[in-house]
Amino acid sequence: MTTTTSHGTPETPRTPRLSGRTRAASGAERLPSAWWLGLHQGALELKQFFRQREQGVFTFAFPVVLLFLFASIFKDDVEDAGITASQLYVAAMIGAGIMSISFQSLGIAIAMERDEQVLRRLRGTPMPPVSYFLGKVWLVLITGLLETLVLLVVGATMFDLDLPTSPEKWLTFAWIFVLGLTGCALLGVAVSSVPRSGRSASSVVVLPFLVLQFISGVYIAIDTVPDWMLTLGALFPLKWMCQGFRGVFLPESAQVLEQAGSWEYGRIALVLTAWCVGGLALCLLTFRWKSRRDG
Amino acid sequence: MTTHQPAVDVRGLCKRYGPVTAVDGIDLTVTHGEVFGILGPNGAGKSTTVEILQGHRTRDGGEVSVLGADPATADRAWRARVGIVWQDESAPAELTVRETVSHFARYYPRPRRPQDVLDLVGLQEKADSRIKALSGGQRRRLDVALGIIGDPSLLLLDEPTTGFDPAARRQFWDVIRALADEGTTVVLTTHYLQEAEALADRLAVIARGRVVAEGEPAALRREYGSEAVVEWTEPGSGPRKLRTTTPTRTVAELMSRFDGEIPGLRISRPSLEDVYLRLTGQDDGPKSEEDER
Repeated sequence: MTTTTSHGTPETPRTPRLSGRTRAASGAERLPSAWWLGLHQGALELKQFFRQREQGVFTFAFPVVLLFLFASIFKDDVEDAGITASQLYVAAMIGAGIMSISFQSLGIAIAMERDEQVLRRLRGTPMPPVSYFLGKVWLVLITGLLETLVLLVVGATMFDLDLPTSPEKWLTFAWIFVLGLTGCALLGVAVSSVPRSGRSASSVVVLPFLVLQFISGVYIAIDTVPDWMLTLGALFPLKWMCQGFRGVFLPESAQVLEQAGSWEYGRIALVLTAWCVGGLALCLLTFRWKSRRDG
Repeated sequence: MTTHQPAVDVRGLCKRYGPVTAVDGIDLTVTHGEVFGILGPNGAGKSTTVEILQGHRTRDGGEVSVLGADPATADRAWRARVGIVWQDESAPAELTVRETVSHFARYYPRPRRPQDVLDLVGLQEKADSRIKALSGGQRRRLDVALGIIGDPSLLLLDEPTTGFDPAARRQFWDVIRALADEGTTVVLTTHYLQEAEALADRLAVIARGRVVAEGEPAALRREYGSEAVVEWTEPGSGPRKLRTTTPTRTVAELMSRFDGEIPGLRISRPSLEDVYLRLTGQDDGPKSEEDER
């Protein structure tokens, strides 16, 4: 196994010979499919997410802790609505939880991956870009479902949330969940291009999200937030997600608290779909594989 | 793939960063199966050149063909045939070495076996460690593993051994030689002359964005290093130094003058390092007239 290389030096024995491979004679090779790779990419994303225990625990715990605090502090009956303030918080916090899993987590994670050259390395492989995004979709979908499940269990066991029994309600829940998650995820991908470095990403992403939660009626009950704030919040998906979830999980009598006096499902579908389309366009226009210093 | 077409063909490559010209008309030809070194000091334009070959940087001028395609517009099939090892890398910290290498293998139509690649780069004992637990040298070996997992016909490496200790560097050289023996074309940048000499079949010396010399290492030494330096001590006036292409004649003259031993006689041929430093304008300290990006 000691062969003489073209460089005139004997090959050291510790260099193993390469085996188990043959160079294909023809160029007719099939590249792996984008969907299949996307599935594997998703599995890898989930593995990483759950191994970063701190990140995982805090991401999941944040909405749960806030729900516990707000729903325990404000728990009186809401006048004329036939519900308690705690129930309002459960519905709102599910919306906020979904947005934190999608918008906040993705916005920060992708900015850091870009800064640490993970994206550039992926771009140097034959992986189709679509697979990377599919991987993120799987990550967001699974973690979003888990987050929602945890919030529902807490809401139902501790804060008198009545889980709906009719399939129509769950169907409504499903489409609001999917549209809201998709829109917020795309918005997260887009916002990841804003921070100049991975380190600044969490500050850049968290502040707007925090403000949005206030003006979308997550932390403060919807009938207390000033109208102009709600109008501003209504431009973004969060307000509509929370409103839809109130529709799913609260009795009809609670509609009186809404700005429009009804759940407005049609408008919710319209706004969330618009965010999905607009978010996709924004991503396609602004996404960068390289960090800024790579020019 | 036509065999007579070079693996890499670069004509008149230019790249500017604002007012700074990083690459100023570089020509390179790398044939299939060759190990080609791009040698130069920091800021000479090596990395910019290689990043353009990788398809990761746009160019301002010139023709570039890598494996018969323009890297700026190359497709997935092209990326599957080009392996890349960057200067600063990062890999997912929470995954194990084996998970990462196996996952990257999925991107390629006909990858090497992950276990073979781990053996080749010497990471078999670390295969089940999380990447965050690796040392700097081990991470670099992982970078190489990820660069060759797709069994590329061309491997582009940008300063692969910067920060290695001498033992790790030699081990890395063995890996490159093993790849070259199997017919992989290798283009690597380095600012270690020793590395270029140990690995490269041919090399281009780059300084201030231009190729200042190109050829086999031994030929470069012959071409640019034919002058010898004769040093002796002149009684009364002290040490003398003479650059000459005919050192024997100089010594004969001195012998007849001193009639016996010549005081402090020393004849030296320039090392490749002297040649390199002269070619890159580093022999009189750093040049100041030009911005060395």
